[in-house]
Amino acid sequence: MSEKKTKRRDFLFTATTAVGAVGAAAVVWPMIDQMNPDASVKALASTEVDVSSLTPGNTLTVLWRGKPVFIRRRTQEEIDEARKVKMEDLIHPEKDEDRAKNPEWLVMLGVCTHLGCVPLNDKGDYNGWFCPCHGSHYDTSGRIRKGPAPWNMEVPKYEFVDANTIKIG
Amino acid sequence: MSDHDYRPKSKVGQWFNDRLPLLTLANHLTDYPTPKNLNYWWTFGGILTFCLITQIVTGLTLAMHYIAHADMAFESVEHIMRDVNYGWLIRYIHANGASMFFLAVYIHIFRSLFYGSYKAPREIIWIIGIIIYLLMMAAAFMGYVLPWGQMSFWGATVITNLFSAIPLVGEGIVTWLWGGYSVDNPTLTRFFTLHYLIPFLILGLVVLHIWALHVPGNNNPVGIDVKKPSKDTVPFHPYIVIKDGFALLMFMIVFAFFVFYAPNILGHADNYIEANPMVTPAHIVPEWYLLPFYAILRSVPDKLLGVVAMLSAILILAVLPWLDTSKIRSAVFRPLYKQFYWILVADVLILGYVGAMPAEGLYLLIARVATAYYFLHFLVILPVLGFKEKTLPVPLSITEPVLGGSPNLAAARNKESKIE
Repeated sequence: MSEKKTKRRDFLFTATTAVGAVGAAAVVWPMIDQMNPDASVKALASTEVDVSSLTPGNTLTVLWRGKPVFIRRRTQEEIDEARKVKMEDLIHPEKDEDRAKNPEWLVMLGVCTHLGCVPLNDKGDYNGWFCPCHGSHYDTSGRIRKGPAPWNMEVPKYEFVDANTIKIG
Repeated sequence: MSDHDYRPKSKVGQWFNDRLPLLTLANHLTDYPTPKNLNYWWTFGGILTFCLITQIVTGLTLAMHYIAHADMAFESVEHIMRDVNYGWLIRYIHANGASMFFLAVYIHIFRSLFYGSYKAPREIIWIIGIIIYLLMMAAAFMGYVLPWGQMSFWGATVITNLFSAIPLVGEGIVTWLWGGYSVDNPTLTRFFTLHYLIPFLILGLVVLHIWALHVPGNNNPVGIDVKKPSKDTVPFHPYIVIKDGFALLMFMIVFAFFVFYAPNILGHADNYIEANPMVTPAHIVPEWYLLPFYAILRSVPDKLLGVVAMLSAILILAVLPWLDTSKIRSAVFRPLYKQFYWILVADVLILGYVGAMPAEGLYLLIARVATAYYFLHFLVILPVLGFKEKTLPVPLSITEPVLGGSPNLAAARNKESKIE
């Protein structure tokens, strides 16, 4: 195309296409975003759990945002086992001290980081959890040790409201 | 498509046809010249059309009674089974119909692989077919979620989580697919919508699939180009219609066996337990027709690479016409390819078997070897074979090996009888 002729027409053509594309995107976005979590789903942000009945060595499973949360009251043995693991042995290195601020209580999403199944308690090669779907083994700190899962089970935001109540979220 | 000079006999027919040439189309479809040596493996196109229509009709009737809500879906399916007149029949036809659909499509695909039907000039037919196959898998997966049983829920969780393997945006995509922070009511309603939509997309693609087929015409067991119409072809009606009809009847016997005598044998007992987000079933398995790909997914120890391998296993089929470098279509004249073909069939069956087994020990090892071989077949064996293989002489026409006069008579006849 010669230099002289690429003026008014070309400008109009480019400008029309550009405005049209912006307009199309403005219409498409609401269609896409309507599938994201809605206001009522987002509103269910936190949940409070009474843990007074939980004895050491037992796990309570509660539902938070449609996902199970494991609350485990760990025995001293389990704590020791989790704390003596060397960082270089871990697939996703995280200190147990960082995962369980109060060592007796381990709170984490009971969701396998591979494809989202719920791992089974007191199972697997590391005395923690075992995911039956694709064979991921987690230790007593909920850290991935063997299998296809890439990360440790996620620790959500939580706090002790009082001695017997945990607020998740 | 050289038969466009058709003119209806009646005045009304001519008047209508001049305005909308539907009668010309009908005439094209009945007179469509078809190679006369098509065997029964070629009847599965018709059978698949039947399967699609069966799924649409039974699906529409089920949708009149089904309620797409997390609190009511499971109950409404039981309501269909117990209360709705013939609801059990319609649902069993629909559920087993999905399996029959996949059974037929696998035979259809492997027929294409054996006789080289994907090669020039039929690449577009093949690629449309692969898209239909992908849509079938999406429809089947979403349909399996609708009863909202344990396998529905956890199947949906595992499959949608495949997207979380994508770096950076993966988690966002999964939340977007779910419409929440887990598989829940928003997920169910959108899956129902898409499950309803996809069959009609498939229907549209089937029209394109057949249209693209009618441009070059059918491939045939000898795999040579056929002049049409000629002594090598017969009109579609009545010859192929009758043959397809007979094969369809045989297929319906198998179909009816499952519906009436073993309606749950292909399903999973856990799906009669209502979805529970707190408990994962001890052993999650997809439906049988997805097992080979599931085995490939599990055979790779890395999450992202596992997903990539699984998707590649399907998408590699789309480029098959360019991976297979051999000019000869039919495996009848490719002695080496024929052997590798059967090894591939065995490989896929083995993958299906280990896909149903726990992913550990010997099963995992077998799955890894079989996965490696699957890719080896398409990426190494096929391209090399086209250059190295010494093919048998191909007859000049379909009629020749039967009526004589061909120098390749003995070879062709020998090979023909071997396949039967």
